[in-house]
Amino acid sequence: MSRIANAFKDKAFVAFLTGGDPDIAATEEFVMQIVKAGADVIEIGIPFSDPIAEGPVIQSASVRALAAGTTLEGLFQLVSRLRQKTEIPLLFMGYLNPIFNYGYEAFFKRCATVGVDGIIIADLPFEESAEVRQYASVSGVDLISMVAPTSDSARIKQIATDATGFVYVVSSKGVTGVRSGFSDNLNELLAEVKASTNVPAAVGFGIHTPEQAAAMAKQADGVIVGSAIVKIIEKYGREAGEKLYEYVKEMKQAL
Amino acid sequence: MNTNTNGRFGDFGGCYIPEILMGEIVRLEAEYERYKNDADFQKELTTLLNEYAGRPSLLYFAEKMSKDLGGAKVYLKREDLNHTGSHKINNVLGQALLAKKMGKTRVIAETGAGQHGVATATAAALLGLECEVFMGKEDMERQLLNVYRMKLLGTTVHAVTSGSMVLKDAVNETMREWANRMEDTHYVLGSVMGPHPFPMMVRDFQAIISKEARQQILEKEGKLPSVVIACVGGGSNAIGTFYNFIPDASVQLIGCEAAGRGVDTAETAATVATGRLGVFHGMKSLFCQDSDGQIAPVYSISAGLDYPGIGPEHAFLHDSGRAKYVPVTDEEAVQAFEYLAKTEGIICAIESAHAIAHAIKLAGQLSPEESIIVCISGRGDKDVAAIARYRGEDLHE
Repeated sequence: MSRIANAFKDKAFVAFLTGGDPDIAATEEFVMQIVKAGADVIEIGIPFSDPIAEGPVIQSASVRALAAGTTLEGLFQLVSRLRQKTEIPLLFMGYLNPIFNYGYEAFFKRCATVGVDGIIIADLPFEESAEVRQYASVSGVDLISMVAPTSDSARIKQIATDATGFVYVVSSKGVTGVRSGFSDNLNELLAEVKASTNVPAAVGFGIHTPEQAAAMAKQADGVIVGSAIVKIIEKYGREAGEKLYEYVKEMKQAL
Repeated sequence: MNTNTNGRFGDFGGCYIPEILMGEIVRLEAEYERYKNDADFQKELTTLLNEYAGRPSLLYFAEKMSKDLGGAKVYLKREDLNHTGSHKINNVLGQALLAKKMGKTRVIAETGAGQHGVATATAAALLGLECEVFMGKEDMERQLLNVYRMKLLGTTVHAVTSGSMVLKDAVNETMREWANRMEDTHYVLGSVMGPHPFPMMVRDFQAIISKEARQQILEKEGKLPSVVIACVGGGSNAIGTFYNFIPDASVQLIGCEAAGRGVDTAETAATVATGRLGVFHGMKSLFCQDSDGQIAPVYSISAGLDYPGIGPEHAFLHDSGRAKYVPVTDEEAVQAFEYLAKTEGIICAIESAHAIAHAIKLAGQLSPEESIIVCISGRGDKDVAAIARYRGEDLHE
């Protein structure tokens, strides 16, 4: 059983943080705090100069990470060090250009070598995914697909049928960031996904309170939290470790 | 031919955007395919272009300039004489009309220098659409008059404070807004860039430039020009100026990129000269980027050419050798701006001055039997204060 499949045996808490925010050493410490708090999957954001799917919180994290000199090479080394300490599934989340620039084949080989289990690429829709999928597949790295409330039934079926790892279900329109309400058709969306695939479905975008997480987990196999975590890092900087531990613990317990 | 197959021009193009926008993009493509062959739609658009925007635009023989340069006859395609003062209106009227047909009540747009923002605000006012424009804070400070123009036209202008606060950041923010609200909103993208179908659709709307120019030069000269020249940022006036000449193998096509302070400096926006293949803003094309694939901040005296990428069809024309792209520095462009004003009495946009600069270099090498067409993409009123400052005069709008 893959690390990702294993992580979804119970309701999974998926935690996102931007790699290198405020620096690589801090990210390493934060990941271990989040693991200790009970998270099931970690997504490490590859900072990008122009993150068009992100709200202000993760945009600012990208700016901080790039200002600190974060590179793909630095993130590979980070994952390599984390792999010595934990068996938690580690995913990358990012935008296509840095990956394309590194070279698809080299990128996925390196992912497999250091122990990256999967990748989410925000600006790679299903139609364009073939050029990446072949390399991901050869290296045994799951390419995580996204579905959104604006995806029609035909798209959902197509995307879910080819899904590997888990399906990332976007909770509502817009960019990443905390919000109070979610799409009205979220339950139907989850049902449609589940009808087309056996891989788990996790909901992300906007979830930040234990109550929201608990409500989502009734329908979904997991919840993904990003901006709320990054906000803690924004507020406490290098001292955020303990606060992250407390927050993730509370969220995980709510599932 | 470089016809579009799944949004591809060779390897370039495609549709690389978040899933949240895919449904809307697929719908837009289908609606555009339907209306582009719809006689009523085309008739309505032609009426708007002719009766409202003032088309066809003149193909003006710049006799004094031609004599002075002592070579080929130089013709200027006067897109600066269009309503709102640039070629941007051609695309905007097409997209705004399409948006209305699609049942949209609101349009959003990015703008750099403000020309596309003003054109979109204008079309929105005319067609009764709500309009919001996203503009980098830096650009807003550089182009105060255009910001106020948009306000006069009933548009809300949002200052973009993310990133380097210029054109590419305005595109980012407009895409984010579209992801948030697409059911009643169309994104009027201003150049031949972004995800399919935009590069194809914007090209089709701008192709009127070369459709007219080809006919006009045949009437005046009885033969095709030797060279067609246009400035290139994202590349909408250039593709419009090139398009109907692409099958004419004898016509050389030249795009002039903004080299800023020079292609050997970091302060440049010359994508073909200094960029490389990448995927950004929805398309696979050439981009200025660093060794780690981060999009580079770019610089040009011209806010309209200050973009780190180039439309995918241009990348293809470059790759296939059909068109040539040359860098033109700030200094060369400013000199050409001043030259055209003094020689022909035409104050052109600083963007267009990049194309004039190359025509000045080239005309003398050709014979008087040959002709060159240069696209004057816009008028230069907006640039006067910046040119004065470049020349050391403390002039502010």
